[in-house]
Amino acid sequence: MTQIAITVNGVRHEAEVEPRTLLVYFIREQVGLTGTNVGCDTSSCGSCTVHVDGESVKSCTMLAVQADGREVTTIESMAGADGSMHPLQEAFHRNHGLQCGYCTPGMIMAAASYLNENPAPTEEEVRESLEGNLCRCTGYQNIVTSIMDAAGQMSGSVRGT
Amino acid sequence: MAVTETYVGQPMLRKEDAKLLAGQGTYIDNQTMAGMVWMEVVRPPYVHATIDRIDTSAAAAVPGVIGVFTAADLEDSFPGGLPMVWPITEDIKIPTHWPLTKDKIRFAGDGVAVVVAETRAQAEDAAEAVIVEATVLPAVTDLEEAATDKVVIHEDLGTNVVVHWSHGGGGDQSVFESAPVIVQERYEQPRLIPNAIEPRGCLAYGIPAAGEYTLVSATQIPHICRVGLSLATGISQSKLRIIAPDVGGGFGSKLNVYAEEALALALARKTGRPVKWIESRSENYVATIHGRGVVHDCTLAGTEDGKIIGMKFVEMADMGAYFQLLTPGIPELGGWVYMGPYATEAYWYEFRGIMTNATPTDAYRGAGRPEATYVVERLVDAFARKIGKDPADVRRMNLHPPFTEPTTSVMGLNLDSGNYEPTFDRALELADYQQTRKEQAARRESGDVKQIGIGLSSYIEMCGLAPSAILGALRYVAGGWDAAEIECRPFGKVIVRTGTSPHGQGHETSWSQIVADGLGVSPDDVEVWHGDTSVTRLGMDTYGSRSAAVGGEAVRRAVEKVKEKARIIAAHELEVAEHDLEWTDGAYRVKGAPDKARTIADLATSAWHAHALPSDVEPVLEGTAVFDPPNFTWPAGTHVCVVEVDTETGGTEIVRYVAVDDIGNVINPMIVDGMVHGGVAQGIAEALYEEAVYDDQGNLMTSSMTQYLVPSAMEVPTMTLDRTVTPSTTNGLGVKGVGEAGTIAAPPAVVNAVHDAVAHLGVTQIGKPASPERVWRAIQDAKGGAA
Repeated sequence: MTQIAITVNGVRHEAEVEPRTLLVYFIREQVGLTGTNVGCDTSSCGSCTVHVDGESVKSCTMLAVQADGREVTTIESMAGADGSMHPLQEAFHRNHGLQCGYCTPGMIMAAASYLNENPAPTEEEVRESLEGNLCRCTGYQNIVTSIMDAAGQMSGSVRGT
Repeated sequence: MAVTETYVGQPMLRKEDAKLLAGQGTYIDNQTMAGMVWMEVVRPPYVHATIDRIDTSAAAAVPGVIGVFTAADLEDSFPGGLPMVWPITEDIKIPTHWPLTKDKIRFAGDGVAVVVAETRAQAEDAAEAVIVEATVLPAVTDLEEAATDKVVIHEDLGTNVVVHWSHGGGGDQSVFESAPVIVQERYEQPRLIPNAIEPRGCLAYGIPAAGEYTLVSATQIPHICRVGLSLATGISQSKLRIIAPDVGGGFGSKLNVYAEEALALALARKTGRPVKWIESRSENYVATIHGRGVVHDCTLAGTEDGKIIGMKFVEMADMGAYFQLLTPGIPELGGWVYMGPYATEAYWYEFRGIMTNATPTDAYRGAGRPEATYVVERLVDAFARKIGKDPADVRRMNLHPPFTEPTTSVMGLNLDSGNYEPTFDRALELADYQQTRKEQAARRESGDVKQIGIGLSSYIEMCGLAPSAILGALRYVAGGWDAAEIECRPFGKVIVRTGTSPHGQGHETSWSQIVADGLGVSPDDVEVWHGDTSVTRLGMDTYGSRSAAVGGEAVRRAVEKVKEKARIIAAHELEVAEHDLEWTDGAYRVKGAPDKARTIADLATSAWHAHALPSDVEPVLEGTAVFDPPNFTWPAGTHVCVVEVDTETGGTEIVRYVAVDDIGNVINPMIVDGMVHGGVAQGIAEALYEEAVYDDQGNLMTSSMTQYLVPSAMEVPTMTLDRTVTPSTTNGLGVKGVGEAGTIAAPPAVVNAVHDAVAHLGVTQIGKPASPERVWRAIQDAKGGAA
């Protein structure tokens, strides 16, 4: 067992973990935040996307011990302290960007990180940025629309068409 | 206060979203219990082998292990095998399907033992420590080879060809010999892996001394599971509760009664502990049902000027190593749509179900109807090519004339309503068909490396499963009804208990819209409860594009029952006769004196406190409806796909995709559009990318998401959607269903487009999926095999 300390959504968690423990299972089972989902075992689907030190990471590709001393952000921290939704969450709601909802936390975390890098993307760029996140329900169309909408809202510009 | 706004037909935002966006979904892997233990199924790396010895001693010694069990150890746990509920013929040969195999491994997902341990990791470690000694047998996954019976999967059945079902035909069968034009084609449709992004999983717990058990499962069918798992485990239906929590997609893959569900219940009974099982994705690829896996020999009889006289299809269908819940019925479900939307005179369809050493097949989005539509629409294109006509012209001249009352088709069942030509014309208009043909001609003329192809797909589907009497005639053992219970709480809140079990379809929203309109309340005052057999006791669940047409109609009828009772109470309170009341502006009002009124909230409160009800009226305002549809519903539509094919690489890019569907009336157009998007994306995946590939030893080569190409946002285009509306005559809502339309329509539209792009090069056949390699090889073959 290895002693680690990871800050998750601003709260420091010290724990003993098996070296083989994946970050996603540390978040889900030891921290108890189950919003981050697991959809595969080959780092293909992106359902488990979180931010580590602000960068989007598939949390099944990282061992918990590799995140020792780092800052992890999950879907649970996206809403404001008053419960208000993040612009991406609002946009996914407004544009029907989710159906079963299983890929959604990963999609939102991936999109948040991407919009941080590129606040005014084209639709093609948004599609490229989602290449590592699979959805089986929506055909991606309303996910792309949601992210374009959120980009507009977040930059304060008029919503693009 | 009465709510007078109309919600049905509006793109109301979803009530389901808030918790899912917040990461607060109740998916199965988010559920945990005190004392919970983990189950892992041991699936040795064999495809076909007799089991010589299972040594569980090392596994039992792994720290944290509570028990390791083989089939022999669980002999008394399963009075029956896993259920198959559609014995489609009298002489069908049905293999016994135990939750753990006893003697022989017949496919890679066959479990031979099960481990229960304190943690997930311990269970995984122990499962790996189980030693299985087995004698490897030759394996067969090719259909024609399996049909020779050189390798027999179930010796007690004596053959792999376990079922032969024939529609029997309609019309004059001699046309398939004598028509002026005969087109014959063979089409192969490989197996597909459904890939709901949430794998399966379940949690079983109970009170062994009382014999009471609960199973929380990522399932589409809690109500059917209660019956099936009761039969498999011997737990009384009256002591078995099934809960479907938030479920992360299904597409038919969770429309089943699975071995792991029966095992978890049996082990909860045996160990007295809550038992949880979560499927890994790699496990999902072998242990959860596959779809498709069929080969059709097709004949079209037509005339030189383009009339389709008849179509005939003889199919081989891969059943896999066992029957799951509906396996042999899936091809038959397609067996009623092989005429497409066309007014043909002759019809023939039959299939043979063949066992192989592969994962059982079963319902995958569309279930039989995509398979049928693919071959019909590919065949119509082949016909058009043969007689040198535009495939759009051939389709239009053969479309069935419009009908608003049920009409009998050449395949023998009644269609509820249809008007195909406006849908067809609109699709061509949106695709800019004529202009695109001109661009195509110019590209062909110039010999451009990138050639344009246009693919059409006009489909009809059979939805709203299903009229129970017809199901009975088709030897399906259950009914096709659904139910809704509406409870009006005092002061204005309404609870709907629906028998449907949504897993992404948004029934909480859509059913709220129906109830809000009917009862004059806000959708926010309506709560829709679903997916728990102890809460929503009556139901037949969600599959087959049935929920709105059957379960939604049950909701509408339950609303009417509530209003009948409410009217009696209103008349009593307003001291008028019932016929002096009218329902206007969301309340019962006295005719001529609309201010004298009672809303549903008023009447629910009166019925609840029951201080002054009429003497013959029972307290509480509620209504229950069980609706058995008089017919299937028959959506239809036309999709058009425009592609660019790189003739040097074989790569295809979709440049335009148009879907025009007629699904009857629409409850929530936003949700409907989303379903079409998703369905089309799955159809594009089927057409261009996805295929379960086996090697000659029967090993699944596409064994994980890294080898099996589920498309990303990069591969799926932006789609243009539109609708025409021909209301269904089968239900009061006039809805037909939309869950599978995209998946049914898209594969032939896309493959026809790819074929169309290279047909002028002499290509006579394009396989599915139309991968770059397949397209490139087809082009090289057409050139004379130069490569």
